[in-house]
Amino acid sequence: MEATEERPSSTAPEAEPGGESQILRLYIAGQTPRSIAAFANLKRICEEHLAGRYRIEVIDLVQNPKLAAGDQILAVPTLVRRLPEPVRKIIGDLSNTDRVLVGLDVRPAR
Amino acid sequence: MDHPPVAKLAKTRTGIEGFDEITDGGLPTGRPSLVCGGAGCGKTLFAISFLVHGATRFDEPGVFMSFEESTDELAQNVASLGFDLPGLIQNKRIVLDHVRVERSEIEETGDYDLEALFIRLGYAIDSIGARRVVLDTIESLFSGLTNQGILRAELRRLFRWLKDKGVTCVITGERGEGTLTRHGLEEYVSDAVILLDHRVIDEISTRRLRIVKYRGSAHGTNEYPFLIDEDGIAVLPVTSLGLGHAVSSERISTGIARLDTMLAGKGYFRGSTILVSGTAGSGKSSVAAHFMDAACRRGERALVFLFEESPAQVMRNMKSIGIDLQPWVDRGLLEFHAARPSACGLEMHLSRMHRAIDRFGPSVVVLDPVSSLLGVSAAADVHGTLMRLVDFLKSTGITALMTSLSHGKTEVERTDAAISSIVDTWLLLVTLESSGERNRGLYVLKARGMSHSNQIREFLLTDDGVELIDVYAGARGVLTGSARVTQEAEERAAALVDEQELERRQRALARLKTVFDAELAALRAKFETEQADLASGITQHRARVARLKEDKRDVARSRRADAANGDDRPKRTDDARGTVRYGSD
Repeated sequence: MEATEERPSSTAPEAEPGGESQILRLYIAGQTPRSIAAFANLKRICEEHLAGRYRIEVIDLVQNPKLAAGDQILAVPTLVRRLPEPVRKIIGDLSNTDRVLVGLDVRPAR
Repeated sequence: MDHPPVAKLAKTRTGIEGFDEITDGGLPTGRPSLVCGGAGCGKTLFAISFLVHGATRFDEPGVFMSFEESTDELAQNVASLGFDLPGLIQNKRIVLDHVRVERSEIEETGDYDLEALFIRLGYAIDSIGARRVVLDTIESLFSGLTNQGILRAELRRLFRWLKDKGVTCVITGERGEGTLTRHGLEEYVSDAVILLDHRVIDEISTRRLRIVKYRGSAHGTNEYPFLIDEDGIAVLPVTSLGLGHAVSSERISTGIARLDTMLAGKGYFRGSTILVSGTAGSGKSSVAAHFMDAACRRGERALVFLFEESPAQVMRNMKSIGIDLQPWVDRGLLEFHAARPSACGLEMHLSRMHRAIDRFGPSVVVLDPVSSLLGVSAAADVHGTLMRLVDFLKSTGITALMTSLSHGKTEVERTDAAISSIVDTWLLLVTLESSGERNRGLYVLKARGMSHSNQIREFLLTDDGVELIDVYAGARGVLTGSARVTQEAEERAAALVDEQELERRQRALARLKTVFDAELAALRAKFETEQADLASGITQHRARVARLKEDKRDVARSRRADAANGDDRPKRTDDARGTVRYGSD
């Protein structure tokens, strides 16, 4: 599936080869405060827990409305973990780090 | 009215048979309508029919957003109704979007909204220029998402957004406990609410539709039966019929000449309703068969609903009394619809009958027998159903003949009584039991608008159909069958005896006259003899007297005597009978 990468704030780090890669797709609808907050939260969590093992694609549905059906997106923001299987979806502004980590099947490194 | 006329609410036709009639045009254009009901009540079918009809008949493309069934499942489900969803999708008349909400896949963290759903729907609408939208069943979101506060706010926004889009929308909702929908969707959709119901009473299911609310529009408030069959969904607005039907004074034959005579010589009124009631085996079906046969002979169409027998059985039985219905079936003038009363609910029967009548367009309808519908529902329901059917038939000018089986000893039974008030002509077939045999009798119990015979007729089933003959009605009551034959024979014998007696007396009189004549002749002869005797006696006497005078004169002359009148008077004698006789001796 084609995905247009959008970087609302800063650039997302590229996935580093060798590590267990998480492909994360963040669906947003326009540059709303909530979208920006979600992206910021996601980036922070990834940096803290998945450094070098993730890749983030941001899809703005306002620009690509037909992409919503493919991943069964209803709510925005929605974070979809496409790989590894199974597909996981986390909706909301990702403000609760623990729940995001549970959702991503990542044990919080404590 | 003082205020200026307000533009009438625009309506969008659903294309669902009957529904557009009861709503006076369909669903409110550009607004969402809620269709709710329990599981399996036909919500999805209603919605998809609305959409497919829009795309195929009203040039209004549509979007179907399914929250339950996948697109493939949906296409399969409606293919049986003749809807070609894949074709319509390919031609960009319909867009199908399956929104899958899986609770287990979704984790919620923090604030969100359903903008993605709006975008999806908006994209689908714009891609084909849709005018109609179906959301089936949006309540699934409640099980997929936990934050009810957000969900409710978003739904409210969604419906407003749909209104702004100007699409006519059908939203389906699962019926809740004591509420119209489980999650109170009716709160958001306030323009039109349609409730579908699927009820099972006495193991028989009936589907009903009710318009709970229709803002800004007059609508029927009744429950309307509807049916789902191979032609889709159809609502029957039968209860809205009034009594304003035109009446005909045309008469049509009953098919039995003598019965025509009993009904003022011409038969039934066209467009009237006839009830033929009687006990088992009293010949109801035969009367009905004559009626069908007569209609087909006139070249009219007859539609027959059978509730107890199969068409083949009826045709065989009627052939035995000389009525061959097969040619009419072959020529398409006669059609049978046979269904067990218990096959479906009363409303369903009514609906089916409506459909069949609408399609076949008969001028004559036969229901044989309506009483068996009683096994399905309570008498009041049957009465109501038949009333509506009769109204419908009358409004379309169809002449209907219903047979009714009555039980028990009194022939006029409660089942008949229940429906008799709605019929125009009531023929009662009775079995008259006497001297060890049962015979059939027929009389006209009522015939509105005509002077009918008040006589009972004996009803015979012959090889040439039904024959009505006069019964013996006399001092010993009404006699039929062999009793009638015996009575008639007795009467004939008595008459013969009387005749013979008269003849005897006539002969005696004739003899007497002969005697009289003879005696008269004898007397006359005697009289004439006497008369002749007397006449000749008088002549002789006169001759003798003359001779005597002559002789005396001769003697006197010879004696020269002077005493001329000495002894010249004749000798007088009295006989025993006192008759004065004159004679020479």
